Amino acid sequence: MKLKNIYITHTNCITPLGFDVDSNIEAIANGITGISKQENSMLPIPFYAGVVNNDKLEAAFAVISNNQSYTRLEKMILLALYPVLQKSGVKPDSKTALVLSTTKGNITSLSKGNNLPDEAYLQGLANNVANFFGFTTEPVVVSNACVSGIMAISVAKRLIQAGIYDNAFVVAGDEVSEFVLSGFNSFQAMSAEPCKPYSANRTGVTLGEAAAAVLVTKESVNAKATVIGDGSINDANHISGPSRTGEGLVRSIESALKESGISAGAIDYISAHGTATPFNDEMEAIAFNRLGLNEVPVNSLKGYYGHTLGASGLLETVIALEAMDKNKLFASMGYDEPGVSQAINVIEKTEEKEINYLLKTASGFGGCNTAVIFEKANNGK
Amino acid sequence: MEALKQELKEKIIDVLNLEDIAVEDVNDNDPLFGDGLGLDSIDALELIVMLDKDYGIKLADPKEGKAIFQSIETMAKYISENRTK
Amino acid sequence: MANNYFITDHCIIEKGKVLHNGQEVFAMPEAAFPDFAKQAYKHLNTDYAKFFKMDNLSKLSFLAADILLKEYIADGSNNTALLFANSSSSLDTDVKYNDSIADKDDYFPSPAVFVYTLPNICMGEISIKHKLYTENSFFIFEAFNPEFFAAYAQALLDTAKADRVLCGWVDFLKDDYKAFMYLVSKEQGTAHTKENIQTLYNN
Repeated sequence: MKLKNIYITHTNCITPLGFDVDSNIEAIANGITGISKQENSMLPIPFYAGVVNNDKLEAAFAVISNNQSYTRLEKMILLALYPVLQKSGVKPDSKTALVLSTTKGNITSLSKGNNLPDEAYLQGLANNVANFFGFTTEPVVVSNACVSGIMAISVAKRLIQAGIYDNAFVVAGDEVSEFVLSGFNSFQAMSAEPCKPYSANRTGVTLGEAAAAVLVTKESVNAKATVIGDGSINDANHISGPSRTGEGLVRSIESALKESGISAGAIDYISAHGTATPFNDEMEAIAFNRLGLNEVPVNSLKGYYGHTLGASGLLETVIALEAMDKNKLFASMGYDEPGVSQAINVIEKTEEKEINYLLKTASGFGGCNTAVIFEKANNGK
Repeated sequence: MEALKQELKEKIIDVLNLEDIAVEDVNDNDPLFGDGLGLDSIDALELIVMLDKDYGIKLADPKEGKAIFQSIETMAKYISENRTK
Repeated sequence: MANNYFITDHCIIEKGKVLHNGQEVFAMPEAAFPDFAKQAYKHLNTDYAKFFKMDNLSKLSFLAADILLKEYIADGSNNTALLFANSSSSLDTDVKYNDSIADKDDYFPSPAVFVYTLPNICMGEISIKHKLYTENSFFIFEAFNPEFFAAYAQALLDTAKADRVLCGWVDFLKDDYKAFMYLVSKEQGTAHTKENIQTLYNN
């Protein structure tokens, strides 16, 4: 069965490094991280996190709306999506989907003993976003742990290929909160310094917050990339520990490769998950080796942003698509010496390289994995 | 020491929801992880919380847990030597 | 578009009752969920010690899935995708976890509770038990959405990402819960249409 080509045309992101794609790329190219030291009531001890500045957020939001009833996360999400809608000119009609990815949504709106406010429901959050822009279709909320952001692109592609929609605005967002900080801390998973993915000196995760947005569409005009294959396959191993064999990630990549019709050897660059926990990074290295992807340049963007949970897969795709467009491999921040048992080709310094095929991967709690392959839209020119 | 061991067995069964296991089934030297009680990595993290909450012991390095949580015997010994409550 | 798929088997768990293809297989209508779940587990010979470590949403989902997946050999070859959704995400456990960190004088965040503050964990539990190296995805809608289930399940089958799809609406919040699960494949059964899905859901 021949499926329609599905494209990504417009992108945006709201992060500690900037409120548009250009400022983020400039910061990354200059080796600047969005992670900084935090000392506040969210954790009993000082910690590192990638946090969006409140004053900057309020100032930026005031430009698009004077309605102060939105939560902090909603403001980030609305700001991420706003220019994507504006610039694309695509109307939120009956053939246009809103796909929203988040893990914890407005979790900060929970308070002990009180009833659940509407916005604590993920669909409540999604409705607030949908109503702001006047979407007429019911939002599709993807909440699948740390793969949600990249899975959202796969979901949008599948729904368009199935003929349900012509366009899908995909937006993702998650916040740094006491809720997730205390949880990762109870997992003994937090790094005492900014995270160092794949490094022998890594000591765990740094959390971050961000929102990102893209337009997924069947129209090729303005295309940055074609989404040519995807897979989201479970490890069937453990609900929190990454698989020792990388089984789910291997199968997810194989599924994406099979659909794309390209071989593993054609992949030019991998934007991987790289949370900097010992077991995650090891699992990825094993999976990439099993597939013969060990020589392909790979980075984790967690060193720039921390782990932005449900936003991470989409944010990292937005950055990786720019890398592909500019034929640039960005250094994997925090990497110094090899720290995984099977060698992989971690990008140590930012350099030029022609990139035509990009593989984006993510893995998360519940044993989930997602892999999506993108082809440069002007491939061959 | 015997009272502490008994207390630990009861607590572990309760905290880790070991529905099919009775206090009498757990021997002092049985391995808690792997083939013994079959505990896993989340259980180990939960035992670290239990040390803190019930005995006032904060592990500086979670890797220490491996030696401490070998058996009821090793746990009881460590707790009796290090407890602050 | 032509629809070549069928609903072969379905199951509902709600209000202290377990129904398999419309037949009541277990009931404890007066019991609170933890007790009901424990007795249903015993009655259905589920035999899986980790069941008792799960949160409510996972227990509910696991019981329903086990009824429908029992007949398949768990050797890793079963390409049954999991397509789940609900309206409350993991809020039932989120609230419990959030309460546990609210008091700073009694602050002991539990990793065993935190891990269940994601709705897709229940799919992980089911995948482990039934060795499903398969497509997993969890969605949130305001209410049961047969149209989406029908379209996405068909897309998974049409594109050969799966041979069979286990669709599940699994919602748990406070004392309210409902699991509605059904299998979709090319095997003969009830026509896979959104109307039929809604009818089975309404029971």
